[in-house]
Amino acid sequence: MQQYMLTVHSVEGSPEPSADARQKVYRDVDVFNGELKSSGAWVFAGGLHPANTATVVRVHEGGEVLITDGPFAEGKEHIGGFWVIAAPDLDAALEWATRATRACAAPVEVRPFDNVSPD
Amino acid sequence: MSALDGSDIERVFREEYGRAVAVLVRAFGDIDLAEEAVQDAFAVAAERWPSSGLPPSPAGWIITTARNRAIDRFRREASREDRHAQAALLLESRDETAEDGPVRDDVLRLIFTCCHPALAANAQVALTLRLLGGLTTTEIARAFLVPEATMAQRLVRAKGKIRDAKIPYRVPGESELPARLRAVLAVVYLIFNEGYTASSGERLVRDDLCAEAIRLGRLLADLMPDEPEVMGLLALMLLTESRRGARTSAGGAIVLLADQDRSAWNPELIAEGQAIVRACLKGNQPGPYQIQAAINAVHSDAPTAAGTDWMQIVRLYDQLLFLAPNPVVALNRAVAVAEVHGPEAALALLEDLGLDNYYLFNAIRADLLVRLGRKNEAATAYETAIGLTANAAERTFLERRRLALEATP
Repeated sequence: MQQYMLTVHSVEGSPEPSADARQKVYRDVDVFNGELKSSGAWVFAGGLHPANTATVVRVHEGGEVLITDGPFAEGKEHIGGFWVIAAPDLDAALEWATRATRACAAPVEVRPFDNVSPD
Repeated sequence: MSALDGSDIERVFREEYGRAVAVLVRAFGDIDLAEEAVQDAFAVAAERWPSSGLPPSPAGWIITTARNRAIDRFRREASREDRHAQAALLLESRDETAEDGPVRDDVLRLIFTCCHPALAANAQVALTLRLLGGLTTTEIARAFLVPEATMAQRLVRAKGKIRDAKIPYRVPGESELPARLRAVLAVVYLIFNEGYTASSGERLVRDDLCAEAIRLGRLLADLMPDEPEVMGLLALMLLTESRRGARTSAGGAIVLLADQDRSAWNPELIAEGQAIVRACLKGNQPGPYQIQAAINAVHSDAPTAAGTDWMQIVRLYDQLLFLAPNPVVALNRAVAVAEVHGPEAALALLEDLGLDNYYLFNAIRADLLVRLGRKNEAATAYETAIGLTANAAERTFLERRRLALEATP
């Protein structure tokens, strides 16, 4: 089985969904997670707090560690959550991604893991 | 055994390269390995066939030789992954001939892989020409006027994505098939169109791309004869191709449909295309390619430009617009309307199409203005059109039209 990372992309400053819409997303994502688990495709998943809660750690020349506030990417698009799934091929992963994007109402990027083969 | 020359081997190469690569890709799960093996096999063929003659099944010979070459390679190169070697050895037990059902399925699988929507459109085209047409990277780069290094990188990246993201070798299931088949047909038609009206460069037509697109169209028609749009695309390409000889003058200048010498149209291609159109009409599952083929069939039927059944063509464009609303289709419909209801009616249809930056829109608008005697506006429209095409033959044609305008009182 190949593992794929499905990342949910949110755009900073896009209009906030209504409370009802948010409740629907929670429900739909729950159902989707249930489907992943019962099919055996589930590896790991999680939703993230907004990007303004992020902290970046990096090693400077000379070995000094620098800690800074804020997301690493300077753009307006940030990862809002992700799933790691196991699927036989890209078509199967895209099928899950189709359900994922419907459930979370945001674009989902699919990327294969490099050389992760748990079987 | 008859004597062989290079062109016989070239012909077998064109016909069998894709099939052989498809079989070995399925067996090895690795495109590069399959390509290397098939190229090796053709190199052996080029050495042996001139003296030994063509084997009874050239395709079977190539596939078997390629497989054996690949196995030799595994034995030499211990670093190759074991699963490849195992796959190749498994394949040894299978008897392959070109007519095998499984071979046909392998070709279809590879077509759908090359045209997978996870690959960029220009990569789909390049991969299809490379893997199914056997064109070299140099040839593909030249056909699309991009630097060879760019094309090489595009192919490497696409093959890398197929491998790393595990794009499967599979004919899509029933629910995905319509969308996926549309992508395949779009790739083939794009290759044909790039050949028919090269988007830039000196020559209007690149014959090699047209021939390759028609070959792919025939292959698809053979593999999926029950898909009406597959047949429609083949008919459309055949009927368009039938006029190729009449479409440019000896000097390479464009000759419009109305001015073409109809006796120079290819009667065999017309007969084949029209027979397919008739079968499609009988099948009664219309689609955009079938309707465009039908429009071309009406042109092919007409003994003279004036004798064309323009009413029928307008009706077909109405149907096409209904199925696939698109401003370029609306533009072509306006040209037919001009023949039925006059240039004034057609000009009104050009308003608000949003095609102001399309050279053909401006060229057609210029022609309609000429017919209405509005010379100054026509000259401006020709100027705009000339500025919008990168094809030398098209530019020369438009410049002549504009000059002719100045010569008339």
